[in-house]
Amino acid sequence: MSGLTKAILVISALGLSACTNAAWDNSNTTDLNSGGAAGVADQTSPAYFQQEIGDRVLFVVNESGLTTEAQGILLAQANWLLANTDYNATIEGHADEQGTREYNLALGARRANSAREYLVSRGVAGSRIKVLTYGKERPLEICSDESCYSKNRRAVTILAGGLTG
Amino acid sequence: MRTFLTGVLLAATLMAPAGAVVAQNGPLRIEITDGVIEPLPYAVPSFVPETAAAAELSTQIAQVIASDLSGTGLFREIPASAHISKVTDFNAPVQYADWKAVNAQALITGAVSVNGNRLTVRFRGYDVFADKELDGGGLQFTGTTEGWRRMAHKVADSIYTRITGEGGYFDSRVVYVSENGPKNDRRKRLAIMDYDGANVQYLTNSASIVLAPRFSPTGDRVLYTSYESGFPQIHVMDVGQVKRRVLSTDDGIMSFAPRFSPDGRTVVYSQSQGGNTDLFTMDIASGKRTRLTNAPSIETAPSFSPDGSQIVFESDRSGSQQLYVMAATGGDARRISHGKGRYGTPVWSPRGDLLAFTKQNKGRFHIGVMRTDGGEERLLTASFLDEGPTWSPNGRVIMFTRETQGANGRALLYSVDISGRNLKPVRTPDGASDPAWSPLQK
Repeated sequence: MSGLTKAILVISALGLSACTNAAWDNSNTTDLNSGGAAGVADQTSPAYFQQEIGDRVLFVVNESGLTTEAQGILLAQANWLLANTDYNATIEGHADEQGTREYNLALGARRANSAREYLVSRGVAGSRIKVLTYGKERPLEICSDESCYSKNRRAVTILAGGLTG
Repeated sequence: MRTFLTGVLLAATLMAPAGAVVAQNGPLRIEITDGVIEPLPYAVPSFVPETAAAAELSTQIAQVIASDLSGTGLFREIPASAHISKVTDFNAPVQYADWKAVNAQALITGAVSVNGNRLTVRFRGYDVFADKELDGGGLQFTGTTEGWRRMAHKVADSIYTRITGEGGYFDSRVVYVSENGPKNDRRKRLAIMDYDGANVQYLTNSASIVLAPRFSPTGDRVLYTSYESGFPQIHVMDVGQVKRRVLSTDDGIMSFAPRFSPDGRTVVYSQSQGGNTDLFTMDIASGKRTRLTNAPSIETAPSFSPDGSQIVFESDRSGSQQLYVMAATGGDARRISHGKGRYGTPVWSPRGDLLAFTKQNKGRFHIGVMRTDGGEERLLTASFLDEGPTWSPNGRVIMFTRETQGANGRALLYSVDISGRNLKPVRTPDGASDPAWSPLQK
């Protein structure tokens, strides 16, 4: 496989993840996760943050408490943010479709805040992290059973700022 | 015929709660109560065109009246093909025998004239088996030809009110969220339409998520939640001019679930900060905010009582979503829902006697009603996902969102009578959610 083909593959993979992660309507946030210049191999890149560290944590039904696995991911996110101070973050909280619209908005806010509080407890400045809820408005997976619901109950850390361009 | 009516009356007397009763003596009347009813047969022949330009509208107006009345489930139209008499002169005496022969208990006749864009509709209602006009006499509406559907709805409201004794709801509108696209790329925009799905108009584009529009008490403004700024914030729109502005502008503070107070001056809503969602009110003119709740739990979906003195809302302070009522100024709240499952989105009925709500239990969703003290809970629907009830202006019908299951799941609007009867979809061009019913138009 030629180097060119490899490069195209990497870029298209990044493009796909950008689709699932794009901050809808978030006009004042630059979505750096789609930035193609810095690859996954660069540990200071948003792509590394997203794919190697993991940009999201998952939640139990109707809960906003962090699982052990979620705490591990958030600890790595905190360390990354402490090392890469050019970046700020917005944490987007989501719910699965099994709930009323308003309650799920409030639940998404709780989940995003739960992730934020963990990052702050590990030393990340609170001023660097905003929270946003989408309730059940932006599911990733579209089936109506637990295999999809478990992936939709999430808090996703979206990076912003940094050395753009 | 008379024997049959007596049978209905007897059955009603024996089996409480009774069905609708067509009274044998006295004026033609449907008493709407719970249970199964026999729809009242009626005829509405094409209205008489009194000018050449009125030919088409005179037929269409009669069709909309029939659609309104039959759509309630309380009335059954005798089709034109069965009519013996043809009404060709609005002022000629009614041939009662011909209408009795086809079992039309009520008869609606009318005349339509069009001069330029000026439309005049006259009508009369008859109690066929009493050989006389319905109480209230003939009425006349005038307006523009573009407003012909509204005039038909007004005629139907008038007939409905004369026969049921209840306020009408046909001359009303519904604001809702129009939905397009798959579940993982759903596009939402605000739309407004007549209660029956006619005259759809879009109020926003689908660039930003919009949620849960709510009418002002006079129907001139709509509150809704929009992600236009990137964060959910409450907007208010002037419906006539389609002009909008954001009500809450604090960066990073999320606000949603707004509703007007009955005087239209205050908004009650949820604000989420630091992961905690509480209830607030905002004076629209001054922007002054007042905190109503201060708890670590989720408090959302508030709705005023019609007299403005109380607010019903949902909270998970007990560990699961339940309904609570408190004074409109905040303070102590008392829990009113006590059944199994989770309760949300309570809405006070315009009559003040009932609350409609969404209930989740054992993986199913229901729309239900209960008394304002939580008593006499009744579930009206059941499906994979029913939510977000809104009341018809007369408090007889509830419209809500029903979303189907699975990867191709789609949201549509449905309506159901508070008796649980007459469940049916509401026609919309695309997917639809979050309906809010307007007051009766003036």
